Order: sequence, then structure tokens, then C-alpha cells
Amino acid sequence: MLTIFHSLEISHYIYLSTVLFSIGLFGVLFRRNAIILLMCIELMLNAVNLLLAAFTEYMGDVQANGQMFVFFIMVVAAAEAAVGLAIIVMVYRNTRKTDVSFLDQLKD
Amino acid sequence: MNPIALILLFPLLGFALNGTIGHKLPKGIAPWIGTLFIFLPFVITLGQWDILSNDVEATIKWDAYTFFNLDGIIFKAAFTLDRLSIWMTLIITGIGTLIHLYSISYMDHDPNAAKFFSFLNFFVFNMLLLVLGANFLMLFFGWEGVGLCSYLLIGFWYQNASYGKAARKAFIMNRIGDLGLLLGMFLIIKNYGSLEYSDVLPAIAQGTGGSVLLTSIAILLFIGAMGKSAQIPLFTWLPDAMAGPTPVSALIHAATMVTAGIYLVIRCEALYALAPIANEFILWIGLATALIGALIGLRQNDIKKVLAYSTVSQLGFMFVALGVGAYTTALFHVTTHAFFKALLFLGAGSVIHGVHDRQDITQMGGLKKMMPLTYITFLIGTLAISGFPLLSGFFSKDEILASVFHHNIVAYIVLVIAALLTATYMFRLLFLTFHGEFRGTDYALKDVHESNWKMTTPLVVLAVLSILGGVLNLPHYLLHTDGFLASWLRPTFLIFENPAHTDITTEIILIGVAISIFLFGFIYSRSRYITKNMSPEQSTAGIEKVLSNKFYIDEFYQKAIVRPIEFLGDILFALVDTLLLYGLTFSVHPILRFIGRFNRKIQNGNIEYYLLYMVGAIALLLGLNLLFA
Repeated sequence: MLTIFHSLEISHYIYLSTVLFSIGLFGVLFRRNAIILLMCIELMLNAVNLLLAAFTEYMGDVQANGQMFVFFIMVVAAAEAAVGLAIIVMVYRNTRKTDVSFLDQLKD
Repeated sequence: MNPIALILLFPLLGFALNGTIGHKLPKGIAPWIGTLFIFLPFVITLGQWDILSNDVEATIKWDAYTFFNLDGIIFKAAFTLDRLSIWMTLIITGIGTLIHLYSISYMDHDPNAAKFFSFLNFFVFNMLLLVLGANFLMLFFGWEGVGLCSYLLIGFWYQNASYGKAARKAFIMNRIGDLGLLLGMFLIIKNYGSLEYSDVLPAIAQGTGGSVLLTSIAILLFIGAMGKSAQIPLFTWLPDAMAGPTPVSALIHAATMVTAGIYLVIRCEALYALAPIANEFILWIGLATALIGALIGLRQNDIKKVLAYSTVSQLGFMFVALGVGAYTTALFHVTTHAFFKALLFLGAGSVIHGVHDRQDITQMGGLKKMMPLTYITFLIGTLAISGFPLLSGFFSKDEILASVFHHNIVAYIVLVIAALLTATYMFRLLFLTFHGEFRGTDYALKDVHESNWKMTTPLVVLAVLSILGGVLNLPHYLLHTDGFLASWLRPTFLIFENPAHTDITTEIILIGVAISIFLFGFIYSRSRYITKNMSPEQSTAGIEKVLSNKFYIDEFYQKAIVRPIEFLGDILFALVDTLLLYGLTFSVHPILRFIGRFNRKIQNGNIEYYLLYMVGAIALLLGLNLLFA
């Protein structure tokens, strides 16, 4: 199993994570549904995670500092998802919508 | 504790006490605090007399505080009590105490008496700072403080708009003079690198500095003295200064403030002794002031205005003495003048109090029966200022006349005329106020009352001093030696020698002239106002109209100086303020509005756009980084 990963080159990881990050970014930019936005953010975070894990392996870092970061990011992302979802639930209760374009009340 | 510190501390303490909690104290306490805290410095100063009189070189010094050191020029609060400053301190605190005592009763009905006394104490404090300072810096502190206090006290009844104006006038005219003093100090710092008297004056006496420099400094300092001591052309504030309560007038005219200019010149004796052009300038300014003050005093119908112009005139006498280099004589006249002018002002206050706050002598007359003590003391004051033989004013004024006689005969004649006018207007005032028939129409003679003991005690003390004050410098005439004051002050002078004595015939002639001056003034006024029983002139035509309108000097200043400045102000207001500044501010805001109309669209409230901007900016930065890395 591990040999499969070892047969991949670093550039493959970079391509994959770039694609994932871009999908997430475009999702954030062009989708309006708040839940999908959150999912897209997760996608971007995971793209970064993937890159971190790959580079740790690539650099041969035995202390695995980069992979440590991945765990931190996962924890923070989990917390963020919880808070974000809670906010979305509250917004939904007030507006019956999960569309973020509706949230422009602060202007003017 | 250093005695100088104590002398300065008490008036300051009185100021602070009365100024903060004075009005909360039981009624009648605050005035006594004020009076006591002026009397204590008087006693302390008197206690230092022996130290100074036992040793001619002795001075008491107090280096209180160093403000800063600028390139070796040290600015510090240093004080010195020498023979000159102790003399001034005794006048200030002594006369000051009497005036405070008098004010207790005079300000009895005023709800702001505590404030009044705190100002009075601060006034005395600043004056003490001025005379006790050991450098020009402290002199300047006191100088400005005195100006501030005069403003506060002249405008004490500020509810009356014209009194407020008089206060502002005094302040502004003093500021003009202060500029001269300040420039003089700058020149001193620049050329002597110090402001200490003990550095600067000996350096000058030893001949450091050219005559142009010395003359410039002397004249600039004298311009300061002109403002404070009410000389032409800066004298018009002093007659208006009587807008304040009468004790304030007495304090300003007798003990403090106006003597500051004289003190400055005497203190800088080394400078003035070496600047003959400046002396000549002082002499003629003093002469003109003496004459014009006396002329205007001749036709004033306000009891305090007559006295105010008399002060202007007498200050002119003192500057004449300074101009001919008779420094001790000037200080002698300062002293006697402090006695009799304080007496006259307090007497006038007693009259004003007695006739229920009226000052117009056309509404007085015949008051001597109702106010006998005030009358007698006022009479003594009048005799003293007019030069009645053997009274204080006789000696001091004749000393001035004698020294001018030896210097310049034309100046002597002008001064004799001024002295003659002095006797005339003073007797006119006395006769119109106290003699003849009562002329009041809006109040009755029976309402007039004598003042109480707190007001008459200072009058009696000052009357005694006015009679005996001459002994302070007496032997100059009789024994052909220095008078007491002259020999007392000699050690403080660096260059000045008491003038040579003349032969006995000349002196007898001079004394004869002096006595006939007095007699002429007396007889002339008596014939007009007693024998012919004339009422005060309405002065509607000719020279009398000019005199009663004070030579139109105020009007002239109004037209020649105040109006153009106001006009300039109007122009600047229209051009700079309205057109330029308003124009700028009001043109900036449409521009911003215009730009905002476009910028506003960026911030439309949709979060996707903000994210787009963010990503775009990051992409831009990354791109730039790649491009230039």
C-alpha cells in the first residue's frame, strides 16, 4: 500500500492539492449556500493538509513537524465547522434561508 | 527657613487660602487672613533690617530653584534681599497692610470679598517677586504677574462692561511695554550670557559692551518701564484703572505696580549711568508726562480721575529724576509718593463710601463738617503732594527740582510749571470736595457719614507718614551731607555718585521757588473756588474743553491705532478666514463626495465580492513576487 504513495512524485501531490484548493476557492467565491461555503472552506483546508503531509514525507523529516500541523489544522477546522454550522442554524431560524447573499444588512 | 522664602510664602499662602476656601469661611475671616498675611512679611522684613544695616556689603540670598541650563546660561529662581529691595519690600508690605486693613471695611458688603483679598495678596506676592528677584527672569515673572493681577482687580466688578474694558486696556498697554522689556532681556542674554544681576551689572560697569548696545538695552528696558509706570505714550491705562475698587487704585498707584518701572531703572543703575542718550530720553519723556498729567488733572471732575492723573504726573517727576541720574532722589519720591498717594486714594475711597458710591465732585462740596477725620487726613495728603514746607512731598519734590536745575534749566522750568499745576489741581479737588456749599442733588447731606475705624486708622497712619516722611532723606538740605536714604543706598550702586552739593544761595533760591509754587497753587485755587465760590467747570469751550477731554489722547489712539488694527482684522477676516479658509474647507468636501460616489460601489455588502477582492489581491501579490523575485 505504502509503495503506491512512494511511487508518486511530489509534483502529483502539488497538482492534486492545487486542484482541491481551487475547487474550494471557487466554491467559496461563487456559491451562495452557506453550508456549501463551509464545505468548500473544509476542502481548502484539506488541500493544505495534503500538501503539508506530502512535503513532510518529501523532505524526510523524521520528527514529522509538518504532519503535526495537519492535526492542529484538523482540530481548528472541526471547531470552525461547529461554530460555522451553529451560526448557519441561527441565521436559518431568523431568515428561513441559508443563502449568504441575504446577509448584507450591515451596509448603509 | 530663609527669610526671603517666608516673605514670599505668606502672601502666596493668603492667595491660595482665600482663593480656594475663602468664601466658605465664616464671614469676615477671609479679609483678616489677607491682611495678616501681608503684615507678617512686613514684620519679617523689618527683622532683616539690622543684618543689612550692620554691614554695608551684606545681602541675604536665596537660590530657590534652577529651571534649566541652556548652553551654560542658567535660568533660576534666585532672590536677594539687599538695601534696595528691602526698601521696596517695606513700602510694598507696609503700605499694602494698611490698604488691606482699609479694604476689610470697604469691601464689607461685597459678596466676593474673599476673591478680592486673594487677588490683593497675589498682587503683593508678584510685586515682592519683582523686587526680591536676583535676576531679570524673576523680575519678569513678577512684572507679568503684577500685570495679570491689575487686570483681575481693575475688572473686579466685571459685570459692568466698561470696567471690563478698562481692565483689558490696562493689560494690553502693559503688554506693549513688556515687549520692550523682553527684547531688552534678549539683548542682555545674547551679549552677557546671563540674566543674573550679579553677572550682568558688574560686567556693564566694567565697560563690557559698546555704547550702542548699552543705549539699546537701556531704552528697551525703559519701554517696559513706560508701560508699567504709565509714561507717555503708554499712560492712558492708569486713569482708567480706577474702574477697580478704590483700595486697588491705592495699591496700584502707591505701593505696587507703577513703582516697578522706577525700581527697574534704579536696579539697572550701572546700565543707565553709562547710557547718556537713554537718560536724556527718559528725562524728556518724564517731563512731558509730568506736564501733561498735571494739565489734564486740572479739569477732571471725577475725584479718582484727578488723583489718577496726579499719579501719572508724579511718576513723570520720578522719571525726570532718573533721567538726570538722581537715583536716590527718585526712590525718595517713590517713598513719599507712596505715603501721600495711598493716603489720598484711601481718603477718596472714604469720601466715595461716605456719599454712597458717587465719585463726581460736582455733586460734592461742604463735606468737611460731616467727615472731619477724612477731611483732615485728605488735607494733609494735599499739602504733602503740593509741597507744603516741611512735609514729605516738599523734600522729595524739591530734591528732584534741585537735581534737574543743575542738569538742564529748560527742564527745570517745565518741571516747575508741572509742580505749580500739581498744587493747583490738588487744592481745586480739596476745595470742591470738602469746602463751600453742598451741591449734591440726588442725595442729601445728612446721608453723608464718616467711615469706621478700620478705614480711618490707615488714613491717620498714612497722614503721619506723609508729614514725617521727609526725614528719610532730610540732611541733604540742612547739613550738606547725604540724606539717610542716599547713604543707605550707596553700597548698592556700582557707578552712581551722589551729586555734588551746590552753594547755599542757590539752594535757598530753589527752596524759595518751591515755596512760591505751593503758595501760588494754593492762592489761585482758593480765589477761584472759595472766594469766588465757583462750582466745578463744565468746560465746554477752548483749552478747558481740550483739558477735560484729556487732550483727546484716547480718541487719538482709537483712531490712529485701534481702528486701523480693527480694519486690518476685518480685511483679514474677509479675505483669509471667509474666502480662503472657508473656501478651502467647503471645497474639500464636494471633492471627497465625488470620489466617494465611485468608491462606495466596491463596498456593496456582499461577502463574495470581498472574498474576490481578497483572492485577487493575494494573486496580485504572488504574481508580483514571482515577477520581481
